Amino acid sequence: MTVALPALDTVPGARVRRQRRNRGSTSDRGDAWKLVLPALLPIIIFSVYPLIRGIYLGFTDAEAGLNNTTTFNGIENYRNLRHYDLFWKSFKIGLTWTAGVTTLQFFAALGLALLLNLKLKLRWLARTLALVPWAMPPVIVAIMWRLMLHPKSGPVNKIIRELGFAGDTNWLGSIGTALPAVIVVGVWSGMPQTTITLLAGLQSVPDELHEAAAIDGASTRKRFRYVTLPALRPIIVAITTLDLINNFNSFALVYVLTAGGPGGETMLPSLFAYNEAFRYGHWGYAAAIGNVMVVVVGVFLIFYLWANRRGMDK
Amino acid sequence: MIRTRHSAVTRPLQYLALAGYMVFLAFPLLFLLIAAFKTTREINSPNPTFLPKGLYWDNFSEAIDKTRLVTTAVNSAKVATATMLITIVMALPAAYALARFTTKLRGLATGWILLSQVFPFILLIIPLFIVLRQFNLIDRHVGLIAVYTVWSLPFALWMLRGYIAGIPVDLEEAGAMDGASRPRILWSILLPLLAPGLVATSLFTFISSWNEFFFALVLIQTPERETLPLTLANFVGAEGQVQLGQLAAASLLATIPSLVFFALIQRRLTSGLLSGAVKG
Repeated sequence: MTVALPALDTVPGARVRRQRRNRGSTSDRGDAWKLVLPALLPIIIFSVYPLIRGIYLGFTDAEAGLNNTTTFNGIENYRNLRHYDLFWKSFKIGLTWTAGVTTLQFFAALGLALLLNLKLKLRWLARTLALVPWAMPPVIVAIMWRLMLHPKSGPVNKIIRELGFAGDTNWLGSIGTALPAVIVVGVWSGMPQTTITLLAGLQSVPDELHEAAAIDGASTRKRFRYVTLPALRPIIVAITTLDLINNFNSFALVYVLTAGGPGGETMLPSLFAYNEAFRYGHWGYAAAIGNVMVVVVGVFLIFYLWANRRGMDK
Repeated sequence: MIRTRHSAVTRPLQYLALAGYMVFLAFPLLFLLIAAFKTTREINSPNPTFLPKGLYWDNFSEAIDKTRLVTTAVNSAKVATATMLITIVMALPAAYALARFTTKLRGLATGWILLSQVFPFILLIIPLFIVLRQFNLIDRHVGLIAVYTVWSLPFALWMLRGYIAGIPVDLEEAGAMDGASRPRILWSILLPLLAPGLVATSLFTFISSWNEFFFALVLIQTPERETLPLTLANFVGAEGQVQLGQLAAASLLATIPSLVFFALIQRRLTSGLLSGAVKG
């Protein structure tokens, strides 16, 4: 692809033309609009407008029926939410799930990425395996783990029985085990993206840095602490923020695994809002829950900006 | 090489850790594969063997019958193909504009692309439901395609922009020097170079729609119009409680397109996809 380049660079005038274009003449700008418009219009109709309307609905008493009139009711939805136990419970579960999955996922992925960065045998196989969960639809990941955790026929309980324990736990159906079990599945399905991103970051750390540190007598652990980690920092911050947001918004996996049960034990905010909207028809209420979720996502983004800036100051 | 200075203890430990990861990642997949070939009695027996006693193919045929797997797979393929085509046709000119012209649009577009990826779906789906209901598009594939297109457009735009930015603008200018018109430059210079990126973006869009669950769950109500993830999720609650082998078989069949896709782009994934999409 780049083979033809050196010859082309010598074409007289090419450089001049490019400089002019980068400044963007008026006709170019007109062209840009013409090109962007086909994508822009549908985005505005189906994406910008619904989102704004969605946020607005959170301040109304909208209901699912066809002939209901919707009226603006200010912060009434939020006042009601404040006294709604299930709302608080759901956000607590959501944050536990998000923190649990993101943390475990990060350390598991970092470990795997470090291993995959070494020259080990069978590395190709491990790399392929590390990608497979990414290739699977969340619904199927959930089905697979339902089979794995099946109280009678699942291999997890079978292994526990082999080890001499009772092995009759209904992992996804009992209070106390459902949330941890769901978190493990979340880690399994979310690991590939984090691993690949961290691996790409590790590969971009210049070898010279490691060699220089090694010559200065730094141990492996010290090199990791003072060479690898600082170089990896921006990527760690970015992928962790992304994971936090993705996990917090996650729906399909837990919906198929437990549908929020048992007894609302795994009722993530997205499931809670879905039920309010499409099971009970409380659209305004559901949108209000969505708005609170936006605030949480906003906090994650502020964390990202803060961590990024701190990194730059150093 | 200084890096390879490892003590006799660390190497085996590293292999042990790698083996642990591989078991964690591969075991569920292996079990799914095995369960798909077991009879119901075998799966439910109190002392199951790890490997099936024989290859019980009936799970596949029965799963296909009961879940109407063919019908729903056709539905999914239809929706995903239409989404892919429309998304690419709309994203390509916009991606070109964002990559080649320095306008204020770029900052705005980037902001929106990022924002649209992080919003909770619930805020999108309720207004979309209202809009689609006005156009009588609830429970219709056209409505689902519209939602999927909008939903995948930002990321497709982002990926394509990266790929186009990676193609030196000098090539186009050389074409212009030789007197080629702009459409001709785009057609015979840019497009061939963009082909790999175009294929990757198309496949990515296709697979995202193929796998999508939430919007389909809300928008599709008639069983005959269900997409694959929806049918499978319903099968879990109904028949799948008992017929674990069939559930495994159906899941396996539904994963094949995504697995093929990832096998195809596997090598590009670490380098191409990331750098292509991220490059400023």
